[in-house]
Amino acid sequence: MAMKSVAKDAGAKAVGEIFRVAGPVVTATGLRPRMYDVQFVGGEQLMGEVIQIKGDKTIIQVYEDTSGVKPGEPVLDTGAPLVVELGPGLLGSIYDGVQRPLPVLQKVMGDFILRGVKSPGLTREKAWKFVPKVKAGQAVGPGDVVGSVQEAKNVEHRIMVPPNFRGGKVAEVRDGTFKVDEVVARLDSGEQVKLHQTWPVRKPRPVKERLMPTVPLITGQRVLDFLFPIAKGGTAAIPGGFGTGKTVTEQQLSKWCDAQVVIYIGCGERGNEMTEVLSTFPKLEDPYTGAPLMDRMSLIANTSNMPVAAREASVYTGMTLAEYYRDMGYNVALMADSTSRWAEAMREISSRLEEMPGEEGFPAYLSARLSEFYERAGRAKTLAGLEGSVSVVGAVSPSGGDFSEPVTQGTLRIVKVFWALDTALRARRHFPAINWLTSYSLYSQILEDWFRKNVNEEWPRLRAWAQRTLQEEAELEEIVRLVGADALPPDQALTLEVARMIREIFLQQNAYHPVDTFCPPARQFKLIDAIKKYSDLGQKAVKLDVPVKDVAGLKSRELLTRVKYEAEFDKELEKTLAQMDEEFKKLGAA
Amino acid sequence: MPKEYRTITEIAGPLIFVEKTEWVGYGELVEVNLPDGTRKRGQVLDSSKEIVVVQVFEGTAGIDRQSTVKFLGETIKLNVSRDMLGRILSGAGEPIDGGPPIVPEKRVDITGSAINPYSREHPAEFIQTGISTIDGLNTLVRGQKLPLFSGAGLPHNEVALQIARQAKVLGSNEPFGVVFAAMGITHEEARVFMDDFERTGALKRAVLFLNLADDPAVERLITPRMALTAAEYLAYEIGMHILVILTDMTNYAEALRQIGAAREEVPGRRGYPGYTYTDLATMYERAGRIHGKKGSITQIPILSIPDDDWTHPIADLTGYITEGQIAVARDLHRKAIYPPIDPLPSLSRLMDAGIGKDRTREDHKQVADQLYAAYAEGKDVRGLVAIVGKEALSDRDRKMLEFADRFEQEFIRQGHEEDRTIEATLEIGWKLLATLDEAWLTKVDRKTLEKYHPAHRGPDQEVAA
Ligand SMILES: Nc1ncnc2c1ncn2[C@@H]1O[C@H](COP(=O)(O)OP(=O)(O)OP(=O)(O)O)[C@@H](O)[C@H]1O
Ligand SMILES: [Mg+2]
Repeated sequence: MAMKSVAKDAGAKAVGEIFRVAGPVVTATGLRPRMYDVQFVGGEQLMGEVIQIKGDKTIIQVYEDTSGVKPGEPVLDTGAPLVVELGPGLLGSIYDGVQRPLPVLQKVMGDFILRGVKSPGLTREKAWKFVPKVKAGQAVGPGDVVGSVQEAKNVEHRIMVPPNFRGGKVAEVRDGTFKVDEVVARLDSGEQVKLHQTWPVRKPRPVKERLMPTVPLITGQRVLDFLFPIAKGGTAAIPGGFGTGKTVTEQQLSKWCDAQVVIYIGCGERGNEMTEVLSTFPKLEDPYTGAPLMDRMSLIANTSNMPVAAREASVYTGMTLAEYYRDMGYNVALMADSTSRWAEAMREISSRLEEMPGEEGFPAYLSARLSEFYERAGRAKTLAGLEGSVSVVGAVSPSGGDFSEPVTQGTLRIVKVFWALDTALRARRHFPAINWLTSYSLYSQILEDWFRKNVNEEWPRLRAWAQRTLQEEAELEEIVRLVGADALPPDQALTLEVARMIREIFLQQNAYHPVDTFCPPARQFKLIDAIKKYSDLGQKAVKLDVPVKDVAGLKSRELLTRVKYEAEFDKELEKTLAQMDEEFKKLGAA
Repeated sequence: MPKEYRTITEIAGPLIFVEKTEWVGYGELVEVNLPDGTRKRGQVLDSSKEIVVVQVFEGTAGIDRQSTVKFLGETIKLNVSRDMLGRILSGAGEPIDGGPPIVPEKRVDITGSAINPYSREHPAEFIQTGISTIDGLNTLVRGQKLPLFSGAGLPHNEVALQIARQAKVLGSNEPFGVVFAAMGITHEEARVFMDDFERTGALKRAVLFLNLADDPAVERLITPRMALTAAEYLAYEIGMHILVILTDMTNYAEALRQIGAAREEVPGRRGYPGYTYTDLATMYERAGRIHGKKGSITQIPILSIPDDDWTHPIADLTGYITEGQIAVARDLHRKAIYPPIDPLPSLSRLMDAGIGKDRTREDHKQVADQLYAAYAEGKDVRGLVAIVGKEALSDRDRKMLEFADRFEQEFIRQGHEEDRTIEATLEIGWKLLATLDEAWLTKVDRKTLEKYHPAHRGPDQEVAA
């Protein structure tokens, strides 16, 4: 292919030449590009991004495999940064790290990902019914909504004036069915609003004002909502060694959290996990709207064996999608599994650049990048004056399961919620293996109000009681280890029993059980309240010299362990509580 | 004809540096000809207009600046064909069994391409290995990657061979084959595998790639990729179900570290390169199933973990990529229990998809959970006994202790040639659970208990699967 026509094809600004190829990092000469502008590298036009400029040399990270690429081949500078397409059709989709739709890649290349294929993020074929929300003559500014498209059964996709427009009076707004690259509104500034807009992934989308998070992101996971809640617009890290439950937790949140839109980034992890989401989510119902769960999701899948540079970009791609839905006034939840693989991609690129390494070979700017990323989360008033949020939950995979490593530490300095996965709990199959003594949430105070008003006045008190009991258990266990369980006075022996109930009945939650997998806050409260009641009655009985063994052996206790699995939870709990009363009455304690 | 260059400027460890070449492709195959007539092969690691860096698979011993270098204009490829079945090849894919060269049906790049996640099918078909600790508690499914986490001196090879001999999918007679890649194992170990394949007739449907302990270390980097390339061909083009055994991944990682050091890269933990995770993933992720394709690739990598330390990067990084692990445990081995598979640290993440009604048996999950919980409790009691003695034990403790002992002797232990059906495995499980109080069986629901618990169904009553 003649170089000139290549240049024309790609809309290139300038053409240079490859000087050096070292894995995903390619050096070119003869270009004068801007940092982070997209380049097409080699005869096959592999997509890449400028990551360093050194005199006449431009250093490019390439998103595709560079085997066989030679010095002397052309490099085209597009003069534009890496952008994603934002518009109807994002939901229900699955993309690679640079927003190429995987089904399209499959159609073009077959079952294996080859290279050199370009594809827009949004299909040009589908037409959407657009309903205008503004009239001609009305003034609109950046971020304002001009109309909407019903993207999924329960998601109204608001078409907005792009944030980088000046805005003006609506000169014309069209009603009807449009494809994503068609114009739906014209402004008197000469600007045209299309059904889709583009945005550079590395640049946060602007908001009018940042707001404090005050509302919890309900997850339906007892240990999270009750002990360590995350706010809508909050940030959480979930570090843990291999097999401790990061992915299961991220998937549980994707299924059951009460966000309107979920963006799931499979960043350098397993292909089969993506398949699992693709095969199970469409069959599950969103518990809040009844629509198929896949309809509120967008998946970014850049698995461990896909190119590392695209993995590096994938978290930004995902974040930009999340911000876009936030700008429509939605609560968005972003899952990133795993941020460690992203950090490793940075490390690999950095080492190819022969940069001076920081701790464990990670680049010195690792923690700055982590902060910038998590700072894009938050609750905000959008440019249109709506309220929206992006909550971020990042899995961290510390090497050797050791939390002192740089990615875990860098993350913990920024995020407000720490869900510590514990290898010892995993080994006992206590799932979710979240350590209740070391985990924390800095939102729990702020969110108390909400739980008091919306679930039960007693929520904070019960929470404090449960935490105290678990703490006491840890202290008593020290004693038991030294002198044996027999040495404990009856009230403390009972505390151990109650703590065990909190752990086994309340904290443990089976993600694979059809009922137990999702436990709404009201039910969480009833369950812990029942355990508290058992504890109170038990302590009374013990004071009346009933042996702890008898209290612990009550039938109602066994029933209580099973009630969380019951589809008819309320009815079964009633029965159990009645039986509890009955049994304690017999012991003389009710 | 590619040009020959006599422009080597530097030789360091496994690397040679060549200048004044034509433009050479990244990853291209290289031929180095020594003055004494020896020919070596290598691959381009870094290509610029000024200098080309080549890693030499056979090592650089004997190479001098008089040696010539030829760039072959293509990346490393393997000749594949269905005639590979029954053949023994070197770690670089050349026949070493005295047989004829492989007549290629196709030449395929060995680095492979990533399976499009959208094309994958979620693995869910139960593979019966005939080993109770695997089938019962850590079920393997078709398309899974499930490594053996082992250590020096443990019988991981025997376990792998027993799996290879016995593995079957119930009710299926689809073609099945084994691809075996040896990396840096001894002649003796390799012999054991070959003899067993020969003895059982498995060799006819196997392809062996052997890089042994005295073969060049750098070649280990391509051996598993050769093997997986053969496996992909047999699975996705011929339609066979392929079990890939990779042994020993520890030696592979060592070779990777050696190259990293030679390139003066910034090392990660314990000197392994920072990209070790990605490098391992590009191999392990080649396991799987693809929509609409008949065949599948199931992987059993074997790791001898230095000092049995699971936080060692080789074990750690593997664990982060594979779908669980089977723990070959030293303490069970010391008690002379074969196979010494400890179910507690073992895990099969794809188990849930592969078991239950219509796949194994409806009670499978509950039996597994209960056996696991009871064995864990029994082992805890064992630890307690070491501190407080047996006298202080409650009735429950005593029974759990006894359960743990019998579990090891009757459930875990089995013969090298003993091929248990999944029903047999579950029945042993129930027999052991029946030694415990029914009230303690909290992982089993009432209905299941009444249908399967020996006490509820009389002595000789059979349970239909
Ligand atoms: N809440 C849960 N309920 C039931 N089982 C669970 C739960 N959480 C984790 N598990 C079990 O733990 C296994 C491993 O979990 P998961 O795949 O999420 O680990 P991970 O931390 O993501 O590991 P890796 O870092 O290797 O990806 C699961 O396959 C499942 O068997
Ligand atoms: Mg995971």
